[in-house]
Amino acid sequence: MAGASRPGGGRVVVVGGSLGGLRAAESLRSAGFAGRLTVVSEEPWFPYNRPPLSKEALRAGVEHATLEFRRRESVADVEWRLGSRAVASDLAERTVTLDDGEVVSWDGLVAATGLRPRRLPVPGPPPLAAADRYVLRTLDDAVALRERVRPGTRVVVAGAGFIGCEVAATARALSCDVVNVAVDARPMIRPLGELLAAELQRRLERRGLAFRLGVGIERFLGEDRVEGVRLSDGTELPADVVVEAVGSRCNTEWLDGNGLDLTDGVLADGALRMLRVDGTPVDGAHVVGDLARFPYPIVDDAPRRIEHWSLPTDTGRRVGPVLATWLAGDVAAYAEVVARPFSPIPSFWSDLFEMRLQSFGLPDAGEEVRVLEGDLDGVHDGPVVVGYLRGDVLVGVVALDATKQAMPYRARLGRPEHPGRPESTTPVRQSP
Amino acid sequence: MHVIVDLDVCQNHGQCAFAAPDVFQINADGELEYVEHPPDDQRAAVEDAVDVCPVQAIRVAD
Repeated sequence: MAGASRPGGGRVVVVGGSLGGLRAAESLRSAGFAGRLTVVSEEPWFPYNRPPLSKEALRAGVEHATLEFRRRESVADVEWRLGSRAVASDLAERTVTLDDGEVVSWDGLVAATGLRPRRLPVPGPPPLAAADRYVLRTLDDAVALRERVRPGTRVVVAGAGFIGCEVAATARALSCDVVNVAVDARPMIRPLGELLAAELQRRLERRGLAFRLGVGIERFLGEDRVEGVRLSDGTELPADVVVEAVGSRCNTEWLDGNGLDLTDGVLADGALRMLRVDGTPVDGAHVVGDLARFPYPIVDDAPRRIEHWSLPTDTGRRVGPVLATWLAGDVAAYAEVVARPFSPIPSFWSDLFEMRLQSFGLPDAGEEVRVLEGDLDGVHDGPVVVGYLRGDVLVGVVALDATKQAMPYRARLGRPEHPGRPESTTPVRQSP
Repeated sequence: MHVIVDLDVCQNHGQCAFAAPDVFQINADGELEYVEHPPDDQRAAVEDAVDVCPVQAIRVAD
């Protein structure tokens, strides 16, 4: 059935009330959707900004009011179901079942349920803040951890990705005694590659961060509370607090049983329509944010799931016009909106001590790494810009303390780079 | 249109300069410079900049 027109546009249910859910709701309104709009959110808070949780929130403490996103006038009439979780859905019947048993009907659905932290599946005290085993995803997580990061506290951080490194750096800056343990060979090696990750490690170590890399945690020591960790090489580290920053799980269980491809997040097309395992899209059912796995044309047509901060906004805004047009029932307009190219440039940043790391594009899709600005001489801490190439196409740029220097390169993403011939990246002007 | 940036909050990420390059720029010192009263045809770009600011330091007053 191609979008039969519904009075007022019908009802849209957005499941997930963080940045992606908020942007999807705003985008629906700015695309002219005037129907009923409901956002279901497991957390008790209106949407708030998470990146400060591993930085300012630990360092200085922070309240929800400071982190809360401003909500536009256009979403003032949204019905927020805070503290409510979706437990099941039926895409054929167009319903979502909430944890209190209520079955909510919809004409359009947006999945924005995001991620939850993975836990290390090893023996020891239970995975609870009360046992001094922490994770960092929500405001409540940050408030709980902040109570425990005091000068002299022995902190073991498991995992050396963004969150692991940021928590470790913040705790170290608070004069905690910090060891960052990871199975990876370098901090942030997966997104950055060996060259830049080695440099980052050097700069972090110089600022007092201790790493134990290439080892796993075999068990947590202690009975009711963590007292330390035993590593896979047999050594033991004492700890008052352990922070697990070892990746995430996708909150997609509520979408089970609908024939979707949920192998890693929710597989979607370039219009962010959920895709069934047979590859057909589900009109009226979309996915945004950390869960959305779709192609990034600046690299290729392979679907990727990227957890960067910019994606909830990019994907939320993509969904509004598509879903609004579907609900309006104009078949030709819908086909046109679906066919529009969608080519977001992911970006993230990380603040580590006084250093700023910024990434644009998809560095981990690069096959070759090239220093574009500055020197990686292993001694100095100057600004550095590194490019990641796939063939001769620049697919990622990472800047270390070099925001200004990185800006021109961002504009070149998705285009061929010619070493030693920077003029070749300037657009060729046609003769009059 | 009146653009207000809370410079106590701004951390010079530069995302606004990609979203609305005619309104926001990172200068040679790596600091933000912006047009306080841009023409109305910049509204969509400025709203993009508001959304993509990592520290949510930008707002539009009218």
